[in-house]
Amino acid sequence: MALTASVLAVGLGASTRAFGQGASGGRLKVIATFSILGDLVRNVGGDRLDIATLVGPNGNAHVYAPSPADAKKVADAAVVFVNGLGFEGWLERLVKASGTKAPIVVATAGIRPLERADAHDHDHGRADPHAWQSVANSKIYVGNIRDALIAIDPAGKAGYEANAAAYLAKLDALDREVRETLAKVPPERRRVVTSHNAFGYFESAYGIRFTAPQGVSTEAEASAKDVAAIISAVRQQKAAAVFLENVTDPRLVRQIADETGAKVGGTLYSDALTDASGDATTYIDLVRHNLRQLANGLMS
Amino acid sequence: MRGRGRGVRRARSVIAYDFFVAPFIEFAFMRRALAGALALALGAGPIGVFLMLRRMSLVGDAMAHAILPGAAVGFLLSGLSLFAMTAGGLIAGFVVALLTGLVARATELKEDAALATFYLLSLALGVTIVSIKGTNVDLLHVLFGNVLALDDETLLLIAANATISLVVLALIYRPLVIECVDPGFMRSVSRAGGPAHLAFLALVVITLVSGFHALGTLLAVGIMMLPAAIGRFWARDITLMITIATVSGIVSGYAGLLLSFHAGVASGPAVILVAGAFYVASLLFGRVGGLLRQLFPGRHLEA
Repeated sequence: MALTASVLAVGLGASTRAFGQGASGGRLKVIATFSILGDLVRNVGGDRLDIATLVGPNGNAHVYAPSPADAKKVADAAVVFVNGLGFEGWLERLVKASGTKAPIVVATAGIRPLERADAHDHDHGRADPHAWQSVANSKIYVGNIRDALIAIDPAGKAGYEANAAAYLAKLDALDREVRETLAKVPPERRRVVTSHNAFGYFESAYGIRFTAPQGVSTEAEASAKDVAAIISAVRQQKAAAVFLENVTDPRLVRQIADETGAKVGGTLYSDALTDASGDATTYIDLVRHNLRQLANGLMS
Repeated sequence: MRGRGRGVRRARSVIAYDFFVAPFIEFAFMRRALAGALALALGAGPIGVFLMLRRMSLVGDAMAHAILPGAAVGFLLSGLSLFAMTAGGLIAGFVVALLTGLVARATELKEDAALATFYLLSLALGVTIVSIKGTNVDLLHVLFGNVLALDDETLLLIAANATISLVVLALIYRPLVIECVDPGFMRSVSRAGGPAHLAFLALVVITLVSGFHALGTLLAVGIMMLPAAIGRFWARDITLMITIATVSGIVSGYAGLLLSFHAGVASGPAVILVAGAFYVASLLFGRVGGLLRQLFPGRHLEA
């Protein structure tokens, strides 16, 4: 229901103006709020779209502050893709400030949200936004993106459908790869500590247990209590590995590894792709990278 | 009955042990944080007292702003590298301190105005460089420091800086004290005042650079100035003032970490808030010029 509703809103809002200010040189200007979503949109839209992301590679959408240039990008866009589930807390103000009439497409529409696995009690009951960490969810993203693009640009329908189908097949293969690789990890080693609790969906999809010293949002600094709690948790659960992440203080995570004797893996990418010099420039690379890191850390 | 009393007493001591000692026994990161806070307070206490006595309390704050962009540039050039960030902070701090001294001595501009201009320029330059390099939110984690994330190198750096501070301070102690008390007399008997002042500014920079690894650039000023102000309310004698300042800095570090551990608040601000609580208590009850003492001088004289 939510999915049809969002697509309907797109169809009503945008059909009349799809090729107004939102078009540039025949290409449709679209915005994705962060790099991972941008990559998914790119895979569906192909050459027909001119895609801009607000929070770029290596950026942290949790504490991102929009700039006037971003407001202009949003104002010029034909459609804005957002993750939703409270991921872009700054979005509403940006949309208001930009005065854009572009439809806002929530890519997670139709995904059953998990409650965020947060160390702090007051956050309970809020949805965990990091739905893309399960490849099955990303297929829903792709479906939503495809439907929204077709609604706004019916002329490209065949292309969008073909791109989406090809990409969905790749995601199916990726999902299988993750499952097959992790199946080899012995059950008692399926426990991991990360610096940012962004892997709730990965946990529920693939059966690796994640614990983190900070809550889902990186806005709050970890207190001594949080760190102590996590060290106790690692000791109790006998977590096999600790992973650094590209958006929080790696020194803190290293401390925990030293103190618990768990193996320190590399970075697990959660909220952002890396820039061209990194090893996760696309969503599929990101998932493969995380899979490799997990396999290295957990099998040994 | 007596046995029960002993049991209660033992239960109490176990609770006290769990509360005050166990966190540091059980967790290495708490011991490191404590060591870092102690070393920092040891170096920052005397520096803060001299800043206060020389009416330069806000200089620390200005220098913290001057250091911040240097550290930021160091971070952007080579990531979360202790060396690059320390070097960047030191360079930016020294350049601002030196230029300030030169301008104040060579032109009509007074030192406070010269410092204000240079630290603002340094801050603006740093922010510009950061914005050219793009929005990097990691920087926020770095610039706000984290007393819980002190690794071996950072601890060594803080300890080394505190040692340097104390040694240099011992060497320039005489001219510094005399200049605080009677600058005219100082000028008439010695030319050590100028060099001593510059050396002292360098120590301020070093201490702030230590501080920003543990507490962040802005809160680092707090571990210098709050203990100094506390000392001022309990002693007229400078030696005692420095002792009280250093001890209250150390106690604030310890109590702040306990607060962070038990109440779950961020550790850096917790340390400064505890020092702030001590300050308010000193302001009210201090022996030297505390508010209550001024309101009820008679009662205190009786005691």
